[in-house]
Amino acid sequence: MSALAVKTLSKSFGGLRVTTNVNLSVEPGERRLIIGPNGAGKTTLFNLITGELAPDSGAVLLFDRNITRTASRKRAHLGMARTYQIITLFPRDTILHNAMLALLGLSTLRWNPFTRLSRQQHLMARARAALGRVGLEHMAGRPLAETSYGEKRRVEIAMALAQEPRVLLLDEPFAGLSIDERRDVRELLKSIPRDVTVIMIEHDMDTALDLVDRITLLHFGEVIVEGTRAEVVADPRTREVYLGE
Amino acid sequence: MSSRRAAIVAGIVVLVALPFVISEDYYINIASQILLYAIFALGIDVLVGYAGLVSLGHAGLFGIAAYIVANVLAAGYGHTVAIVAALIGGLIATAGFAAVALRSVGITFIMITLALGEIIWGLAYRWISVTNGDNGISVTTRPAPFGLSLASPRGFYDATLIVFLLAMAAMAIFVSSPLGAALAGTRDQPRRMNALGYHVWMIRFLAFLFSGFLSSVSGILFVYYNEFISPQALALPASAAGLLMAIAGGAGTLFGPVVGSALVVIVQNVVSAYITRWNFMLGAIFVAIVVFMPEGLVPGSVRFGRAIWRAARGRKPTPSDRASATPIGGPRL
Repeated sequence: MSALAVKTLSKSFGGLRVTTNVNLSVEPGERRLIIGPNGAGKTTLFNLITGELAPDSGAVLLFDRNITRTASRKRAHLGMARTYQIITLFPRDTILHNAMLALLGLSTLRWNPFTRLSRQQHLMARARAALGRVGLEHMAGRPLAETSYGEKRRVEIAMALAQEPRVLLLDEPFAGLSIDERRDVRELLKSIPRDVTVIMIEHDMDTALDLVDRITLLHFGEVIVEGTRAEVVADPRTREVYLGE
Repeated sequence: MSSRRAAIVAGIVVLVALPFVISEDYYINIASQILLYAIFALGIDVLVGYAGLVSLGHAGLFGIAAYIVANVLAAGYGHTVAIVAALIGGLIATAGFAAVALRSVGITFIMITLALGEIIWGLAYRWISVTNGDNGISVTTRPAPFGLSLASPRGFYDATLIVFLLAMAAMAIFVSSPLGAALAGTRDQPRRMNALGYHVWMIRFLAFLFSGFLSSVSGILFVYYNEFISPQALALPASAAGLLMAIAGGAGTLFGPVVGSALVVIVQNVVSAYITRWNFMLGAIFVAIVVFMPEGLVPGSVRFGRAIWRAARGRKPTPSDRASATPIGGPRL
């Protein structure tokens, strides 16, 4: 059984084929890197997996359950969490409130119009714990707008982890980070327990190479190469895509 | 927090004491109008301020409730039946309104609400067997709950004040609830909210129902206040006035719509006695608000007040001051 399987998935925008017959099988606990140059269709593939886009054909399976037609919000309840390449957080609110929204999303409490959110001690404690995992607990009360870019990245990851996903999709978690921030995020990703399957998009191959077990190389919406780190790095087609002919 | 609580208590004391201070019926009636329009503006604020959805058709929902009251009374039923029917009918109408309008967001949403509001206005104008067309329908009596007559301006003011305070309390509870937080989340990051597992459409729909309910309550008070309803009450200018109340006072705040309602009603009634072109006056005030306090009168005044306080104490603003200027996690002033 694979944690996430993608079967002959295709998607076109008008005449542009952005995902062509993609097959993918990620084992439970695996760390998978999806690389490819700009416009290779990496983020589109993520959007197809999370259901933010509907595929033209093919199927997406989460632990053997066909979720191709499942609404994307329901996929979160089935154990799928993601981060965005462009930070997508709640800038008017505190870091703690951001984390609480992540937890609330999977709780039936989210429909409650009568109690005070600020009185939900249990939820708040869990949100603080989630922030503790990424080393931001000490600044939980700070408005998100007053945090650095690297801290926002960590808030994104904390929110995804707070939902205790079975499959975690990270869209360019290192994008725009300084060297120090990259090191922090790298340590953070290494600390994710192996009962979470992690699929990561990265534009630059070197950044995330040592974090992953297997690599899939996308080019013009197609899987060009797939294999272990050594296999993909050694493959001449990888060199072709990345270094030109 | 305690200064906020003190301000709320002071506000309630002022509103309760008002009829003792200004005993003229004319001014008590204006106070009643401010309160009933404040409920309308609160309903719009649920959508504009907390859901980020700008509606230009809410006067239609307000009017449907008012027409139901007038028709049920005309059919010979009592006030309780009329009010309950208006609330239920208002909710049903809101559900239909929301189901159509929520197919989109942004500018399209505004245009759909505008069109729906105009359709309801058109029905009120043309469906003469139900609405009596342009002549409107008169309501000859006001209810007398627990034997207390609302016939006098004073009695009506007291009843309106009670309904207004209940509406404010409901709003305060809603916006600081988990569902209220989810609604604000759909305003700021709908895509992220969806990915986090929230049903964005349903959250907006429920907010719309709450908004329509408050509009209906306001419409019921309106028809009893005027003892008359005609299509003019649900025309586009009425929707626009409600929207301006919410925005001028401060969208996304609890007290902004109340201040906005006071502004519009006072300019309409009091200033118009001195200046013929009172609309010009209102427009000039709105321009001034947009220029100097784009966030609205209530948050803007809080900001100015803090700046003056700081200047008086002779220190520079710190990040925590700026942070506290936009309180987070709970209802804003």
